[in-house]
Amino acid sequence: MTKEGWKPWALLSPALTAVFLLLVIPVCFVVVYSFWLRSPTGAEIVAFQFGNYAKFFADSFYPAILLRTIRVSLETVAICLVMGYIPAYFFYRSTTRFKALLLLLIMLPFWISFIIRTMSWINILGDTGLINHYLVKSGILSQPLSMLYNEGSVLMGLIQYLLPFMILNIYVSLEGIDKSLLEAARSMGCTEWQAFKEVTLPLSLPGVSAGCLLVFVLTAGTYLPPMILGGPRNEMIANLIFKRVIGTLDWPFGSAISVILLGLLLIIVWTYNRYLGINQIFKSLQGE
Amino acid sequence: MRKVSGWSLIRLYTIMIYIFMFAPIAVVVVLSFNPEQFGSFPMKGFSLKWFFKLAQNQTILIAFKNSIILGFLTAVVSTAFGILASLAFVRYNFPGKNTLNTLLLAPIMIPEVILGVALLLFIRWLQQPKSFALLVIGHVVLTLPYVLLIVQARLGGIKKEYEEAAQSLGANPFQTFKEVTLPLLTPAIMAGMLFSFTISFDDITATLFWATAQNQTVPVKIFGMLRNSISPEINALGTVMIILTIATPLLAGYLSRKFSKGT
Repeated sequence: MTKEGWKPWALLSPALTAVFLLLVIPVCFVVVYSFWLRSPTGAEIVAFQFGNYAKFFADSFYPAILLRTIRVSLETVAICLVMGYIPAYFFYRSTTRFKALLLLLIMLPFWISFIIRTMSWINILGDTGLINHYLVKSGILSQPLSMLYNEGSVLMGLIQYLLPFMILNIYVSLEGIDKSLLEAARSMGCTEWQAFKEVTLPLSLPGVSAGCLLVFVLTAGTYLPPMILGGPRNEMIANLIFKRVIGTLDWPFGSAISVILLGLLLIIVWTYNRYLGINQIFKSLQGE
Repeated sequence: MRKVSGWSLIRLYTIMIYIFMFAPIAVVVVLSFNPEQFGSFPMKGFSLKWFFKLAQNQTILIAFKNSIILGFLTAVVSTAFGILASLAFVRYNFPGKNTLNTLLLAPIMIPEVILGVALLLFIRWLQQPKSFALLVIGHVVLTLPYVLLIVQARLGGIKKEYEEAAQSLGANPFQTFKEVTLPLLTPAIMAGMLFSFTISFDDITATLFWATAQNQTVPVKIFGMLRNSISPEINALGTVMIILTIATPLLAGYLSRKFSKGT
């Protein structure tokens, strides 16, 4: 082993170099920039001060966006959990020969262009979209119902994007349950429901929590659904970062907001990893 | 009896989830055949005119060319790096292995907005302009963790014993690689390339930070078109994207299944 000690490092060096040079160092730059100053003319001044962070928390405008991001993320997690557990359980217990196909189908949206999936909701929820068209045509409504550009339409886009992640995480965890445990519970007189409640549900919780974490993290950093399906009042923190960096070129402030978002996610992931372990998530992403 | 009805409820629920997932996508495809000027209901017949219009739109064709070149370059670099790193993780034990594996997978959990800001800030500090090369290196960072996940799961079958056997039978290292290692690696390479191509081809958020007007990709172009309003042309473009991106994972899935059966 010692003779070959250098070999894995040689194999790893391109990937490690890429990640260090293009990710680790640039993220360090974001942290450094977040302490810099921006002069009134727009030039950046090297400094070490917390003004950008103070500006973020100075009044309720920016913290409200942060809180909204957290709230929308929690809502997405809750809805994905409710919508996702039952299909995952269906895949676990189903004996249909189409199971492989059904699983492939649930993974398919991963591969369909994210922007197409997001904008597709405009065709459904818009004033001349599918739902309004039929509601007006059938005479239930005289005027189209305004369903776009609010938190509900943003949630639709988010759920459609993230539900497969939740289903797969739960399914992988269910699939790992020894089925003889269920048989034992049944043979000892448990009803189907009791067996589920006492055996299956508790043993699937690692997958549930992994799915929840992944969905939360991905929602909290999301840019596209609030941008395309939301109005100005549905802006989330990623939209704010984009506006500050690309729109007003305020790099120090944009960096500070990025650090705040990254900090929020780090705290959550770190806490999760400490108590539950992070590798469950990567396991389910391997798919198949 | 209760069990039967409970199960059929579960089945019904699952079917409804599928409808929720696929109805919007189906509607995009249906509306792309609507000859009407506005990309919305009602359907007024069946027409391919928006597809023809798409094929004549120079900026969209350029965006397609950009996306395909970018996806291909990303796939080559990302898969090469990913295969090498995966071999290190699958075949060797070394200190810090798990930590490094987690570090290389971590970008999955980092929001794309932050990847976008960070790399752009770094490039700016180096006083380099936004360029096509920036898109390529950015997309390599985006896709590398997924390649690592996919490839590592598929490399378990490559045992050192096969190569040792070849060498003990007199093959030199080059022959061993060409005759033994490479054929065993090929399915993993194909899967890695297809996955990274698709991710790169689809990426929007980080790409919005890195792209310029000169090197727009298809999703960036669609994003720009959405600013006006949803037109049937966007639905037609969506349909083309859906067909392209569905074909790719089906091929990847087929290849990986073929590989896992073979071992």
